[in-house]
Amino acid sequence: MNAQVPATTPMALDVKDLHKSFGNVEVLKGISLRAREGEVVSILGSSGSGKSTLLRCINLLEVPDSGDVTVGDETIRMQRTRDGKSRPADQAQVERIRSQLGMVFQSFNLWSHKTILENVIEAPIHVQKRPRKECVEEAEALLAKVGIAEKRDHYPSHLSGGQQQRAAIARALAMRPKVMLFDEPTSALDPELVGEVLRVMRGLAEEGRTMLVVTHEMGFARDVSSRVVFLHKGLVEEDGRPEHVFVNSKSERFKQFIKG
Amino acid sequence: MNQPGFLDVISFGPGGWGAALLAGAWMTVLIAISGFLIGSIIGTFGAWAKISGGRTIRAIADGYTTVLRGIPDLLVIYLFYFGGSAAVTAIGRFFGSEGFIGFPGFLAGALAVGITSGAQQTEVFRGAFKAVHKGEIEAAIACGMSRALRFRRIIAPLTLRHALPGMGNVWQVVLKESALVSITGVAELLRQAQVGAGSTGMPFNFYVVAGAIYLTISTFSGALLQWSERYFSRGVRRN
Repeated sequence: MNAQVPATTPMALDVKDLHKSFGNVEVLKGISLRAREGEVVSILGSSGSGKSTLLRCINLLEVPDSGDVTVGDETIRMQRTRDGKSRPADQAQVERIRSQLGMVFQSFNLWSHKTILENVIEAPIHVQKRPRKECVEEAEALLAKVGIAEKRDHYPSHLSGGQQQRAAIARALAMRPKVMLFDEPTSALDPELVGEVLRVMRGLAEEGRTMLVVTHEMGFARDVSSRVVFLHKGLVEEDGRPEHVFVNSKSERFKQFIKG
Repeated sequence: MNQPGFLDVISFGPGGWGAALLAGAWMTVLIAISGFLIGSIIGTFGAWAKISGGRTIRAIADGYTTVLRGIPDLLVIYLFYFGGSAAVTAIGRFFGSEGFIGFPGFLAGALAVGITSGAQQTEVFRGAFKAVHKGEIEAAIACGMSRALRFRRIIAPLTLRHALPGMGNVWQVVLKESALVSITGVAELLRQAQVGAGSTGMPFNFYVVAGAIYLTISTFSGALLQWSERYFSRGVRRN
């Protein structure tokens, strides 16, 4: 079941004309991308196409050289330093917007000195300043939902990769984010653990979460996403509904790519 | 027969040196702790300067560690004691007092120990920070933590995990270095042992007792450090 939303649904995320270079290498050459509330957008592309950089520019883990990022109805304000570099104008605004974007990393990045439960309640308590009791209850529900309720008092190093990634998803969800960003969430996993993480992500898609997923999982892109975006050399080469682009894309490169 | 035995000399009774030695040991611990704390604060800023400072700040931090690791600690104490005394004397003269005013030996000692150990702590913290998995810091950034919150909740505890073994070494050095402060006349353990040795004519016995007390302090603090190492290594898998 692909999550399709009516064209009148408000925008959850609007990325306009994003540029980013590392040294002399231009990684993003003007990327625009939108996601309506409830949409699941899969971002595909070969390595070096800029898909991870795109995701990291959205929550400003990398500072884009130019372009706009709008989350909900708030656009991140940028300014230029004297030497022409781009940087956020208001750090507090960046932090607020980051807290509305739940990021899931390829290498999980759970805080190794905190238990699974502590990982999940950390940001809700200390960033969002919500009452501890409420956060713990919500965290327990989220851990149950991703299927690792019994691991709440374990440290990340005692969990398998799949369990760690599901804990990381619970941690991101605990912020009640407007948009979830997944950066190759299954690429670091042993093959037999990929399924359990994809099942959780499928569940999130079905309950109407807005998701941006950088992935190599063709099955997920085809069956779950509402839109597929194919990046090539820092540009959007293909953008459309999966049942459309997977069957009759005009892009030779995309056809090559999905053939494997 | 009326010559008192050594046990009487180090007893806590009248004429015994026990209380004086204990007071000296307490002073040694105070100097070591103050110096260690000052060193840790300097080390934190030093590491920060070396990791994320601009070119000038980095150069200052490099200069500091190079100089302080390259000159004898005894000399640093002299510089603080006599430099401090000269400064206080000058200030005293300005306000109309005459003659030499001594800089408090405790303060000079704690500062000197702090500044020399600060150079070592800088390197300990810098190395420890480099060992922190960068992804864990990125996760903290990504969920909207401010710089201060990130440091307090994520970076500091993770850095401490890697820093504690090195900090333990620095602590042992600081404890021993505190004996150098005896030259400023502060009544710490070694100084008290010297005084006792001189006035009873039993130098060997006094220095053996002083040595035993130093060993006791370092053993207990070593156990404390091991406990905190375990605490901060929670969640680390031991293979």
